[in-house]
Order: sequence, then structure tokens, then C-alpha cells
Amino acid sequence: MDLSTAFPTLVTDLPAAFSMSVVGLVGLAMIVLDAFRNDHPAIPWLGVAALGVSAAWEATHLGAPQSTVFFETLRTGGFVAFINLIILLTGLATILLSVPYLNQLRYDYGEVYALIMFSTVGMIMLGSANNMVSIFLGLETMSVCLYVLTGFIREDEGAVESALKYFLLGAFSTGFFLYGIALMYGATGTMALPAMAAAELGTLSTRLLFWGGFALFLVGFFFKVSAAPFHMWTPDVYQGAPTPLTGYMSTATKAAAFAALILVLVHAVPGGEWQLSVAAVAVLTMVIGNVMALAQTNVKRLLAYSSIAHAGYVLVGLSAGTSAGYAGALFYLLVYAVMNIGAFGVMSMLEWDGKEGREQTLSSLAGIANDRPVLGSTMGIFMLSLIGFPPLGGFAGKYFVFAPAVDAGLTWLVVIGVLMSALSAYYYLRVVYVFWMQSADDVEATDPVRAAAFPRATVAATGTLVVCAVALVVLGVFFGGVLETTLGFFESTAMATAP
Amino acid sequence: MFGDFVPLFLMIALALGLALTLLAAAAYIGPSRPSETKTMPYESGMDPVGSAHERYSVKFYLVAMIFIVFDVEVVFMWPWAASFHSFVESGAGLGVIAVLSLFTFILLVGLLYDVKKGGLDFEQ
Amino acid sequence: MTSADLLRLVLLLPLAGAVLNGVAPLFLKHLRTRETLLGTIGTAVVAIPFVLTVYLFVTFGGDPIVADYFTWMAAGDLDLSFAYRVDQLSLLMTLVVTGVGGVIHLYSIGYMHGDDGYWRFFAYLNLFIFAMLNLVLANNLPVLFLGWEGVGLCSYLLIGFWYTDLRNSAAANKAFIVNRVGDVAFLVAMFLVFRELGSLSFDVLLAEGPNLPEATLNWIVFLLFVGATGKSAQIPLFVWLPDAMAGPTPVSALIHAATMVTSGLYLLARLSALVLGAPVVMMIVAIVGAATALMAATIAVAQDDIKRVLAYSTVSQLGYMFMAAGVGAFFVAIFHVVTHAFFKACLFLGAGSVIHGMEEVEHGLEEQGRDPSDFDPQDMRTMGGLAEYMPATRTTYLLATLAISGIPLTAGFFSKDEILFKAFEYGYDGSTYAMAVWVVGILTAVLTAFYMMRSYVLTFEGEPRWPLSDQLAPHESPSTMTGALWTLGLLSLVGGFIGLPAVVQGGDWNWIHHYLGAKYGGPVAEASVQGHVPLALEWGLILLSSVIALGTVYYAWRVYLTQGLGYDAALKRRLRGVYQTWTDKYYWDEFYNEVVVDSLINGVARKGLAAFDTTVVDGAVNGVADTAQNASGLLRRVQTGLVQNYALALTVGAALLIGLMLYGV
Repeated sequence: MDLSTAFPTLVTDLPAAFSMSVVGLVGLAMIVLDAFRNDHPAIPWLGVAALGVSAAWEATHLGAPQSTVFFETLRTGGFVAFINLIILLTGLATILLSVPYLNQLRYDYGEVYALIMFSTVGMIMLGSANNMVSIFLGLETMSVCLYVLTGFIREDEGAVESALKYFLLGAFSTGFFLYGIALMYGATGTMALPAMAAAELGTLSTRLLFWGGFALFLVGFFFKVSAAPFHMWTPDVYQGAPTPLTGYMSTATKAAAFAALILVLVHAVPGGEWQLSVAAVAVLTMVIGNVMALAQTNVKRLLAYSSIAHAGYVLVGLSAGTSAGYAGALFYLLVYAVMNIGAFGVMSMLEWDGKEGREQTLSSLAGIANDRPVLGSTMGIFMLSLIGFPPLGGFAGKYFVFAPAVDAGLTWLVVIGVLMSALSAYYYLRVVYVFWMQSADDVEATDPVRAAAFPRATVAATGTLVVCAVALVVLGVFFGGVLETTLGFFESTAMATAP
Repeated sequence: MFGDFVPLFLMIALALGLALTLLAAAAYIGPSRPSETKTMPYESGMDPVGSAHERYSVKFYLVAMIFIVFDVEVVFMWPWAASFHSFVESGAGLGVIAVLSLFTFILLVGLLYDVKKGGLDFEQ
Repeated sequence: MTSADLLRLVLLLPLAGAVLNGVAPLFLKHLRTRETLLGTIGTAVVAIPFVLTVYLFVTFGGDPIVADYFTWMAAGDLDLSFAYRVDQLSLLMTLVVTGVGGVIHLYSIGYMHGDDGYWRFFAYLNLFIFAMLNLVLANNLPVLFLGWEGVGLCSYLLIGFWYTDLRNSAAANKAFIVNRVGDVAFLVAMFLVFRELGSLSFDVLLAEGPNLPEATLNWIVFLLFVGATGKSAQIPLFVWLPDAMAGPTPVSALIHAATMVTSGLYLLARLSALVLGAPVVMMIVAIVGAATALMAATIAVAQDDIKRVLAYSTVSQLGYMFMAAGVGAFFVAIFHVVTHAFFKACLFLGAGSVIHGMEEVEHGLEEQGRDPSDFDPQDMRTMGGLAEYMPATRTTYLLATLAISGIPLTAGFFSKDEILFKAFEYGYDGSTYAMAVWVVGILTAVLTAFYMMRSYVLTFEGEPRWPLSDQLAPHESPSTMTGALWTLGLLSLVGGFIGLPAVVQGGDWNWIHHYLGAKYGGPVAEASVQGHVPLALEWGLILLSSVIALGTVYYAWRVYLTQGLGYDAALKRRLRGVYQTWTDKYYWDEFYNEVVVDSLINGVARKGLAAFDTTVVDGAVNGVADTAQNASGLLRRVQTGLVQNYALALTVGAALLIGLMLYGV
């Protein structure tokens, strides 16, 4: 085998891995800096700079043509740039929100930021995978960092518990995932996504092998995007993890995992035989997420169930199996990332030391919006957008995942989705109601000194929240351009077909 | 087809045989003076019965981490070294050296971090 | 810079001003009292677009410029973009909106001095201008509707600006709700257009709309007209406008005289090609316009509140414009929009200046220890003789009064006469209803001259009638206010020369006709008339309206100067029930309260539907909520917190998923 061109190819393909390299290398630099200057305050800003530069780079590549690099293991082009942009900007927001939060908890470790960077590298790889190995590598790089990030507040038993749960169940689901990949490999003899679609599945046993494997593979993905019934870890982990990082987990992870799922669906199994399975999971996810959220008193737990429900909405778009469905799902991921990072961001600024650790119950925040109007009003926008209230981004997003599903003949699915999002108004509006309409006298006695224990909202953190809120309004009104861009990813390659 | 697996079966037989032989030999030749400590199940030198919340030195994990750094390094280097010659012959020698250097560099950063954080400082 | 870039600035500067004035002081409280800064920004972001529009106007080549900034939404067949259109009609409207709007902003700097909501006020005004520009510059119906709703929102905010007074809030609500009725019709018209044509762009609409089946076209135009009656205050939806005078006076001038109320006219003129294809609806438009004009004019005769007189006068003049539209003379309607913007804004601002002065008297009364609660600074009965104290206000108010009365060679003379002439011409051509409309127009002209002169004389001439008038004296308003008045007053004098009647040079000097008219390449179509009115008859008509205007003005001047309020009493005696009907505004409000609010809403809806609501609707809602809560409680038991249970669920789920997947293979 002639490998003489291998090295030059690697070098010429290097720009395609720009974000991955910059983020990864800066992450390493942060670790080294932390080794010499423990918890140096410049560490987060290094991360901000790296993520910002990478995001700018990706933004200029939104129109790039689709192709593959590094011996067809990774993809590049507009789709990848779009997903990377979501991941990088979410990471950026997470760091900006984490700084005041971790300062308040006195856990402002340099390693946290380095882990965010490494996890981001994994997500980028996941979102640009063209090969099962890249998917697995990305998924694990991302997950291992997230396990650590969940539990680094060692003195908080809840955090440690959730980290262990996350790790155990994560490892468990990875088992399914790997086994699925192995079966699919056994049936097709390849790890590359497009080659899987091209492989002949002659006999019944090969077909069973492949689709059984694909089902197991999906289990791994559904676990990561917390789709029911693989969602059980989500509320416990989201509640225990440090709040800004919960926001990160619920947005960037989902964006990356859904992106990889879309790539697999489009390139490896374009036939749509999976439609019923995905639709069934979507129904279950929307119902369980929304119904369970109704009874929550802890805001982070509520948001965890809400994020389960939103994974269901994205799955509705995927079940359509058309270009419009995938494009809508991408748009939804963007909107969802903005509103959820914002919602968790607000909560991280409103978390205070109760008697039993970090206090996050909804009633403890009665009337808080009157003291903190900026947080209150941005939270209002996030909640309304999560309901899908026009003219905010959430409305446009839901429309563009539901409409293609109707076109694909899945009207029953959309009916359930719309009913469920109507149900969701109840618990989202309750947050707004408690924030604005109640006062501390309306609920059982809360700690009178709570204001002193809040993280001190920095200009950067508040600015991030305001930018998110404004972005939702902008996305809700001027969605045309973004949607056209995402539609372009699927039309230029003619890779998506209706089942 | 079946012939391809003969060495594998041989290997299995050999491993089983060796283990059984050793166990049998130990039981037959060795003196048998059981004590509480000796009859305990083997758990890397720890008492497996009792509270799971027992304290033991954090150094245990730090050493384990360093072990992984080196272990992973060697496991990955082995196949690389084994096929290095064929890479050189096909003209990709420089490339694979670069790739392995990057890999080693990343592990080196890990080691550096571990050292600076006191992972090898056994006195404390 | 290209025209598209300039247009972008024209549109975005007011928006930027609204954001700056509205958001920054919201968070930085010390900015709220920086009146000079706020006022300067607020005025500049309207004045600069005016200058830019003048540039666009001067360099305009004749072909419409369409600036398509970006796609708003694309779903299915619907492809909507933020597209704007610069042509003769939108340029003229933009000039009026930014020009008169700018003058009103300038005026507000002085008028709102010392108000707590100074920043809020300028933010709303800027936002209003932005919405209005969207309305007049849009190139498709949805963007126009966006502006349409935007001005509605701003008028709501501005009418209820002093929201602590319940009456102002009620007036704001009234304006908002009444306008919604019209908006529904507009929306339905829009849906119809989309169903029939598959596009909402004006290009498509104007090119293909006239070819639609007549019934469809009739419905579309009729629904658009109903929408227009809401915004432009015509029967039966005019009731909000007089109440809207609760807002600060510059608001009345800006919204209710110069810009917002003309948007219905603009809509008809923009779609004139469509309207001409629906002659039945045109007849309705003309009759509704004429009826509104006459009715509002009679009401105005019997009002004592200076702003109410002007409000009904506005309704009446809008009726005039609809009369013009109803006889197919859309460019004349726009002509009257322009001249009316000049003199009505001047009148409103003048009234504001007067009220400003009378409030000074009110404060004086308070300092003297008198109870000022029964003193109304807007009541003309306690004014009089203000000419001595407020000379600038008096002169400009007089100029505008003469203009609206149609005294020869003033702005109002040309535009009003043109409307009357067009109605006559259309009637001369064989249309009976147009002749009737012409007669009503003449009657209304008499009434207009009468009540306007009445308001002038009662306010400025004669002896002061307020309490303690020998001790208390109002003062002239500051120069920012009188400056605005002079500008508008002069425009009221000369503004009519843009549309000289056909008797001069055979109509060749009628600039506005040549500029807008479709037969000269403009965007506004007009009805074609076969038989030409002889020149002598045309001269006769002009003479007739001149005589009417001069005669009525002189009559009103004489009787009110000599008899003052006594003449009102005499009128009341002589006309009795009729006069009472006028004072009580033909009982429109009572009608709406009795029929719509009490019978329909409180009676049928509340009583009849209450049972349905409590049992079926509430039952269903509560039932769903309870079920969901119960389900939630049950499901919570599954969420045990034990990791092994979670793993079990995961495994079962995996098994089910495999089963489902293989089921299909």
C-alpha cells in the first residue's frame, strides 16, 4: 500500500480541523498554565479567546461546499460549520457564565475551563463525523470530560452522586452503542457512513444484523440527547451538576449528538426504514418530558424535563426524514441552544446557599424579578420562547420542525407535539409568574439574606444573557436567512430524500 | 476454515492447562496453614469486607493516573513501532513520526500537570 | 451610497432613536432628566431621514426602486421578504411623515418640558415614525401590515401616555379595540389575496389583481376599505379618534392629523388599480366618506373643547378624502392628505400652545387659592382674547383656519376645490351618487368654514373669559414651539401650489397630478372620465366655492365677534333637538355601549356562553390539567433515583427499540 501521499494530505487537510486544533491546543495550554500558576484568573479568558476565534473562523465557512477530509473520517463544509458555530458559541457563553458562578462557590479551578475546551473538541469531532470511529471517539472525548465536570464540586454530595450516576449509565449506554456499531460493521464490512448506505444487505439475517445493530446504536444516541425511555439520568444529573455546566450539557451536547445523528441518518441509512422507531421515541419523549415537568418544584429539574421534551421536538423534525425536516431540526438546535443556555444562565445567577447546599427551588425565588429586573426579563423571554410563543425564536423553531413532519405524513405525531407544547405553557409560565407576580411573603419563609449569597452578576455574564434574549427575538422575526442557510446544506448534496 | 482457529484453541488449552496445573501443584506441594488473612478473597491488598467508606490515601489514584498515562502510551506505541518499518518503506516515515510526536506531546502535558500538582510527591 | 442604502438609513434611524431613547434611560435613570439630549436625539433621527428623503426625492428617476433587504420567511409557497418600494407615492408620503413628523418632534421638545416620561415620549414618537415609514414604504402587504399594526401600537401607547388617569387608559383601549375590528378585515383581505394570487407583493398584486373575478375583487377591496375605516376614522369605526385627544397634543397632531389616520387613504391610493376594478365598492367608499364628512362637521359645530373641534374636523376632512377616492380621484385624495397634514398639524400644535398657556392660568388659579378642578384648559368657553397674549400662536392658527376653510389661494382651497371638482366631474359624467356626494361636499365646506372660524374667534378674539382674567395672563410658548407653528402655518398658505386646478394652463401646472398620476407614469391610477366639464362651468364652480368660503368665514367672524358665546346659545335655541344631537355626537357611543357592549357582549356572550364556558371549556381544561398532574405523580414513582432502576429502564427501552426496528425490516 502506497502511503507516500498520506502526510501531505494530512497537512493540506489541517485547516479543516482549525477549530478542533485551536480549542484543543489552547486547552492544553490552559492545563500547563494551571500547573504552574494555580487557578490563574486569565485561564477562562484564554478559553474565551480561543472559542471566539474559532467561532469567527466557522462563521466565515458557513457557505463552504460539503466534502470530506482526513481520509474520509471527518466532514467539512457548511453543515459542520453551522454545528461548530453553535457548539463554540455555547461554550463561549458557558465560560462567561461560569466565571461569576464558580467564584461564588469558590471552585474557580483552572481545570474546569480546560475540561470545557476538551469536551468542546469532542463535540466538534462528533458533529463533523463521517465514520463510526470518529463518532465514537468524539462521543467519548466529550462524555469523559462531562463526567468530571458534573462532579467537580466535591463537597456537594448531590453533585458527586449525579456524576457517578452519569458515569455508570453513560458507560452502560456506550456498551450498547459500541455493540451496535460492531453489528453494523459486521453486516456491511465498513465503518464509513456513506459506504454503509452503499453496502448490499442481501440476506434476511444480514438485514436483521444491520437493523438490530442500528437500533442499539440509536440507544447510545438517544441516551446522550436524553430521549425517553433513555432519559432517566437527565433530571438527576442536571440537578446536581454546576448550573452553567448543566446549560452547556443540555445545549452543546445535544447539538453535537443530534448533528451526528443527522449525519448518520442522511448518509448511512437514507432509506427511512427507521422512521417509525424515531417517531415512537419522539412521542414518548415529548409526553414524558412535558408531563413530568408539571410536577417539579426545583427549577433545574424542571428545566431538565423541559430539555427532554425539546429533544422530542427535534426528533419530530428528524422523523420527517426530508431536507426540510433536517434543516428545521438544525434551526431548532440553534434556537434551543440560545434559550436553554440563557435559562440555565439566569438560574446560575440566582442560585444561593440554602441550608442544604445550593438552593434552586422555584418558590425560593418568589418575586426575584423585582430585585433583579434584567434577570427577570431575560428569563421571561427564555420561558416564552421555550413555550414557543411568537414572535420569539422558539415559535419559528417549532414551526420548522413540525411543518416538515406534516408534509411527510406524520400528522398524528405533530398533533401530539402541539398538544404537548400547549401543556408546557403551564410550567414555563409558572416560572414567569413566580418570578414576577409573587413576592417573598406569598411563600413559606425563605432565607432573608439570600441576596448576599447570589453570584455577583458580571457585565460579561449579564451581557451574555441579554445577547441571548435579543438573539431570540431576532431569530423569531428574521428566521428566513438562517433557515435558507440550513436548507442549503441538504440541497447542495442531494443527500436527503423522503422515505 | 476450521484450521485457521487451531492456534487459538491451542492457546486456550495451554492457558487453561497452565492455570490448572499451577493451582493443583500449589495445593499438592505447598504446606497448608490457613489463617484469616490468607483465606480472604484477593482484592489488591485491601480488606473487601467492612465499610465502603473507609479512608485511604488519595495517592493511590494519583499513581493510578500516572500509570494510565504511561500504560496508554506504551500500548499505542507498540503497534506503531511494529509497523514503523513498513511506513518508512512506503514513504510516510516523516508523517507517522509527526503523528506520534503529537500524541506523545499530549501525554507529556498530562504528565507535566500530574507532576506539578504533586502526583509524584510521595512525602506529603 | 445607493438609494437602497439611503433608504435603509431612513428606515433605521428612527428605530435607532426609539431604542436609544427607550432602552438607555430605562436602565440608566440619570439619563431620564437629560431633556436636551433626549429631545435632540429624538428630533435628529427624524430630521436626518427627512433630508435624505429630500435627496431621494430630487434624484428620483421615475422608475420605482425596490429594495429587497432580506427574506423574512419562506414556507411553502409563501415567500416573504423585507422589501421596500420607493416611488412617487411613497416618496411623497415619506416626505410628509418625516417632514411634518420632524416639526412635531421639534415642538415636543418644548411642550413636554418637565414631564416625567420625557424619554418615554420621544421613544414612542420615534417608534411611531419607524412604523409609519414601514407602512408607506412597504412593497408587500405583510410589511405594510407590520407598519399598520406598529402605528396602532404606538397610538395606543401615546394616547394612554398619561396612563395614571383612568380616562386616558380607557381612551387608549378604545382606540386599540376599535382599530382591531378594522384590522381583522384587513387580515382577511390579505388571506384572500394570498389565496387568489399566491403572492402578497405589490408588484404581483397590482399587475394581476385587476384581472381577478369581479366578486372576489369586490370582496378584497371592500375588506381593505373596512380596514381603512378603522385607521382613518370613518363611519362606523370613527369613534376612537375624538377620544384619542386624551394624549399629549403633539401626539394628536402627529397621529391623528398628519400621519396615521391617512394610512387608510394611502392603502387605497397604493392599490388604486384594484379599487377602480370594484365600482360597487367605490360607491360605498364615496357615500361613507360623504356621510362621515357631513356628520363630523355638524358635530364639530357644537363642541366646546378646542381639541374636540379639531378632532371632528379631522374626521370630516378624512371623509372628504374618501369622497375623492370614491370618485376615483386618488391623487387628489393624496393631495388633500398633504395639505391637510400642514394645516391640521398647525391647528393641533396651535391648540397645544393655547392649552399650554391656559394651564398656566390653571396654575395661577391654584396659587390664588381657587379650586381649579372645574377649570378646563381645553374649554373654549373660558378662553377668548388670547390674541393679545399669544400673537404668534394666533397668527399661525388664523392662517391654518383660513386654509382649512378654503379661502382662495391657500393650501386647503386648492385641494378641497379639486375634490369637489372631481366629484362634480364624475357626476357630470353620469354618476348620480357622485353628484350627491358633491352636494354634501359643498354643505360640508360651509360647515367647515363656520366651525373653524368659530373656534378661532372664541379662542383668540373678544374679551378674556377665564376667572380672575385681570390678574392672570398666559404667555406665548417657547421658540421651539412657535418655530414649528410658523413652519406649518406658512406651508398651509403656499402648500396648495403643488396642485393648481385645471383652469390654469389646462391642468399642465398641476404638479401633483403629473407626479403621481398613472397616465404620466406614476403609481396612482384614476378613473377615466368621458365628458369634459366646460371651462366656464369649471370657473363657475371655483367661484362658487370661493364665495362660500369667504362668505361663511365672514359670517362666522362677525356673529362670534359681536355675540360671542351668545350666538352658540341662539343656535341652540333655534335648532333645539338637532343641536342637542350634534352635541351628543349622534349618540354613536351610546349606540355602541347599548348594542355591542351591553347586548352582544354582556348579554349574549356573557350570559349565553357562560354556562358553556364553565362546564365544557373549564371542565375540559381542568380535566386535562388534573389528568396531567396525576400522570405526573404516577410517573414520578418511576424516577426512583436508583441507578440500577435507570439501567433497567434503559435495557427495556433498548429491547423495545430493537423490536420496533426489526418489525419493519
